[in-house]
Amino acid sequence: MTTTSQKWTVETRTAASTVFAVIAAVAVIAAFAAPLFVSRSMLQDLFFILTMLMLAQNWNLLAGYAGLVSVGQQAFVGAGAYAMFAVVILGGLDPVLALPVAGIFAAALAIPTAFFVFRLDGAYFAIGTWVIAEVFGLLFAQWKALGGGTGTSLPRDATRDMFGVPFVKELFDTKSSAAADIVTYWLALVLALATVGFIYWLLRSKQGIGLASVRDNLQAARSVGVNASRLKLVVYVATAFGTGLLGALIYIQTARISPDAAFSVTDWTAYVIFIVVIGGIGTLEGPFVGVLVFFILQNLFADYGSWYLLILGLIGIVVMLFAPRGLWGLFTDKTGIQLFPIRRRLAGGPLVAHSREDTHG
Amino acid sequence: MPILSLSDVSKSFGALQVARAISFDLEKGEALGIIGPNGAGKSTLFNLITGNLQVDAGRIHFEGRDITRVPAEKRCLMGFGRSFQIPQPFEKLTVFENLVVAGAFGSNLPENQVTGLCAEILVECGLIDRANDPAGSLTLLQRKRLELARSLATSPKVLLLDEIAGGLTEAECHALVETIRAIHARGVSIIWIEHVLHALNSVVSRLLVLDFGKVIGLGEPGEIMASREVREIYLGIEI
Repeated sequence: MTTTSQKWTVETRTAASTVFAVIAAVAVIAAFAAPLFVSRSMLQDLFFILTMLMLAQNWNLLAGYAGLVSVGQQAFVGAGAYAMFAVVILGGLDPVLALPVAGIFAAALAIPTAFFVFRLDGAYFAIGTWVIAEVFGLLFAQWKALGGGTGTSLPRDATRDMFGVPFVKELFDTKSSAAADIVTYWLALVLALATVGFIYWLLRSKQGIGLASVRDNLQAARSVGVNASRLKLVVYVATAFGTGLLGALIYIQTARISPDAAFSVTDWTAYVIFIVVIGGIGTLEGPFVGVLVFFILQNLFADYGSWYLLILGLIGIVVMLFAPRGLWGLFTDKTGIQLFPIRRRLAGGPLVAHSREDTHG
Repeated sequence: MPILSLSDVSKSFGALQVARAISFDLEKGEALGIIGPNGAGKSTLFNLITGNLQVDAGRIHFEGRDITRVPAEKRCLMGFGRSFQIPQPFEKLTVFENLVVAGAFGSNLPENQVTGLCAEILVECGLIDRANDPAGSLTLLQRKRLELARSLATSPKVLLLDEIAGGLTEAECHALVETIRAIHARGVSIIWIEHVLHALNSVVSRLLVLDFGKVIGLGEPGEIMASREVREIYLGIEI
């Protein structure tokens, strides 16, 4: 982005970001080609990483940029997932087409939810969102057509005949279930690109710098004309859309839903907060770092049951004490490298010749 | 018609009355000074005018419109710009970005149309050297200048300045007065809270004296400074 107004210009690009953009483009192409050369279980791992990355990016936008520290995002994962099951099982819709429906349903739910939780601040907001997520879980458990408290499964032919699956099946000469995994993986990849792209675009826009000003100082932001409550509401609803859509995608892959799993605070919020805090809250790069750390830890320790959670908590505490801005924050403080630069640097103009001129008289 | 008009504006924090039936008019293009001892309610009055605080009673009119219940961000868009007594920079943003927020939101313009304006203001306020540094790294004096610069970036019709001359050297204070006179000369109406009276009196044409949330004097600076009440309040403070 380079804007010219008379002699003054604004730059955001850095040398590191240009190099990174090239590497990222190669990585994205490799990621799209991954089904050609990785095993099915590896593909499922990649799907898991991508979905956790997206949940983390959404939560990071919410908490790290809009200052809305929600511990109730499972409300939208669950709502999105249930919306998808409803339109697929009861409405006979293609699961892929159900994704945007799930997102819109979650966003629509976010509006009345915001009406209640936006009256609360800080820790009260966090607790409020959690309570509302529990209420949603209890409500969906009453839905007998979708299995009530015990849950239900997607009909087998729903994913077998899902958009793209017959084509992939032909292309890779494989079984329907493997083809469905490839399709959901590609969907996750496209959505991850869209999510990161959207957030990056938002942060570089006028609304993004407004959001940053609200994060830094609410009172001053309002005094220079930033409508803080509207910005926060927009972010809240937008992340509900993303999170709901993601919930639906995750449960297309899982193909089985229950209220306890879909509205799990541990799976959809605690892990996500861990990822963002470890990686670096308030940076786009942080969730990438965090999700890799989380994935490695999970592979190393997941067999140790509750010890695994204790270790996660311990690592979280250590990072918060010694690197409060996360691993990426530590790295960027030392090197100054930003892969997604959003800083607007003033350049050009008579930056040196600014002796006080008599402009009035 | 006055540009800003307060009638019987009152505010309490619990039992403490910080504004008691304050009434005054600000004419378009006028520069009004506000003086008074610490805790008199001067900054509170600014917060009431800008909407950072809600009044308990009374009305505020701006250009003939009742703005008593208009939120702070809308008042900024209507034409209020303010500096905070204790600087409130957006610390993680750069000095330039601080002004970009104010310029883009305060005048409701696309970001790329305020670059020139923000840069010119930085030059005028002597902050252009620090344009690309995080605002959190500024010294106190630079933060005060940033307060002024950021409020100017919103293109205000009424500029509220809260103690921006304190702690300056004689030369710095002179430069600041020149800057404010230049802003005033462009037609911006100004209300300035200041303890540095010689700086204040070289800009404003009227003084308002506040004590315990009450207006105890309003008039020509010479007249006000000569009054017994003001002398008593300011005994021991430079006149």
